[in-house]
Amino acid sequence: MNKKIQIPFDKEELKDLRAGDYVYLSGTVYSARDAAHKRMYEAVLAADSEEAKRAALPFDIRNQAIYYLGPTPAPEGHVIGSAGPTTASRMDKYTPMLLDMGLTGMIGKGKRSPEVREAVVRNGCVYFAATGGAGALLSKCIVSSEVIAYDDLGTEAIRKMEVRDFPAVVVIDSAGNNLYETAVKDYLASRK
Amino acid sequence: MRNIHTDVITEAVKKMCIEANLALAPDMEACIRHAAEVEDGALGKKILDSLIENMEIAKEESIPICQDTGMAVFFVEVGQDLHIEGAGLTEAINEGVRQGYRDGYLRKSVVADPLLRTNTGDNTPAIIHYDIVPGDALTITIAPKGFGSENMSKVYMLKPADGEEGIRASVLDAVKNAGPNACPPLFVGVGLGGDFELAAKLAKKALTRDADSRHPDAHIAKLEDEILDLINQTGIGPGGLGGKTTALSVKIETYPTHIAGMPLAVNMCCHVNRHRSVTL
Repeated sequence: MNKKIQIPFDKEELKDLRAGDYVYLSGTVYSARDAAHKRMYEAVLAADSEEAKRAALPFDIRNQAIYYLGPTPAPEGHVIGSAGPTTASRMDKYTPMLLDMGLTGMIGKGKRSPEVREAVVRNGCVYFAATGGAGALLSKCIVSSEVIAYDDLGTEAIRKMEVRDFPAVVVIDSAGNNLYETAVKDYLASRK
Repeated sequence: MRNIHTDVITEAVKKMCIEANLALAPDMEACIRHAAEVEDGALGKKILDSLIENMEIAKEESIPICQDTGMAVFFVEVGQDLHIEGAGLTEAINEGVRQGYRDGYLRKSVVADPLLRTNTGDNTPAIIHYDIVPGDALTITIAPKGFGSENMSKVYMLKPADGEEGIRASVLDAVKNAGPNACPPLFVGVGLGGDFELAAKLAKKALTRDADSRHPDAHIAKLEDEILDLINQTGIGPGGLGGKTTALSVKIETYPTHIAGMPLAVNMCCHVNRHRSVTL
C-alpha cells in the first residue's frame, strides 16, 4: 500500500501504518548520524532538569524525524549532494532516549536493537528504511537543506531539510512488527 | 630505466577517485540490470529498479552513486625497473585523493584518530597496498570502500579439517549476520589461505575482480558458484526485503597457507562495488 505521510508526524495517523507499507514522506526531516547522536546524547545526560534536557538538543525533536544521513557536498546549483541512508544500528545506543523525549520517526537502513524496538512501541513511533546506496535518486526528493547545528562535524552536522515525496518503507511499525523478520519468511514461503 | 613523475600519478589518481564514485564499471552495472530482470520478490524488485534509476541519475547529473564515497583503498603494483621522480609515491597518491575528493564533491569520511574522531577534512590518508613486480610499469587500482558493508566483514581462523564445508558455512554465516545492514545485493570478497592479515587483504582484492570473471582454478571457481547459490537461497534479497538476489557475485582469492591452518576472510561489499585501474 502506498501512503503519503506529512512530517511533523501525527501520531494517530502513524498507528495505521504497518511494516511493509510503502510511504512517501513530505515535510521536515533532520539529518544526524554517529557523531551528532553522541553529542546530543551527552548533552542531554549532562543536563539536570527536564527543561534543560530539552534545551540541550539543537532542535525540538517532538513529532519530528531524524534521517541517518551524511551527504556528499552539494555541487553548485544543487540543494545537496548524494543523500542515501546510513546503517541505523550504530545509533541504537542513543535512540531509546531520543524516542522517549519525543522523536517520532527515523529513516535509515538495516536492523535495530530490541531496545529500540521496545522504545518504538512504547512511544508509538515508526522506523522507516530508505534504499541503501540510492543516494543520487533520494537527493532529488530533498528540496532544501540548511546546517542548523554542529557545523564543525562536516558531513555529520545536523541539517534541517525539507523533503517532498521521499520514498521509504515501514520496517518497524508502532505495534513492533518488523519487516526484516517477516519479509524474508514471506518470500521463502511464496517460493514453496 | 623508465622515469615517471609523481605529478602524473597524482593527476591519474584524482581522475580515478571521481570516475569510480560517479559511475559503476560496465560489469557491475550489467550485473544489477540482470538481477532486476530476474528478481521475483516484490519488494526486492522495487529496490533493484530504484538502484537502476539511481545509477542513471548519478551519471546524468554527476552526483555520486552513494553518499558514502568511501575510504580510498589502493592496490599499487610498482615495476622494479621503474624510477619515480618528484614527491614520495605515497604522498602523490594522497594528493590525488585530496584533489579528487575536493573537486569531485565527494564526501570526506576519514577521521584522524579512531577514538578522538576529528575528520581530516580531505579524505586522506588513503589505504595503500603495494606490490613490487617485474617490469617498468605502474598499475594503480582504486576501490573506494563504504563502511556500511565494511562493518559486516569477518575473519575466520578455520582449521584444515573444516574443509570446503567450513568455508561455505562461514561465508553464509557472515552474509546472514550482515542481513540488510550491508546493503544487499552484495558483492562478496573472500580471501582464503595465507595468514590472518593476508586473508583479509585478499578478500578486499577479490572485490576488484570483474563481476563476470571466474577463478582460474576449477575447484575454486566451483566453490564461488556454490557459495553464491547458497547465499541466494537465504531469501534475504535486495535491501533485505526478500528476494532471490542477496548477492550478485562471490569472488575468492587464495594464497598458500600453513599446515595447521586455513584462514578465511569475508569482505562484504554492497552493490556499489566501485573500482578503476590504470597502468602508467
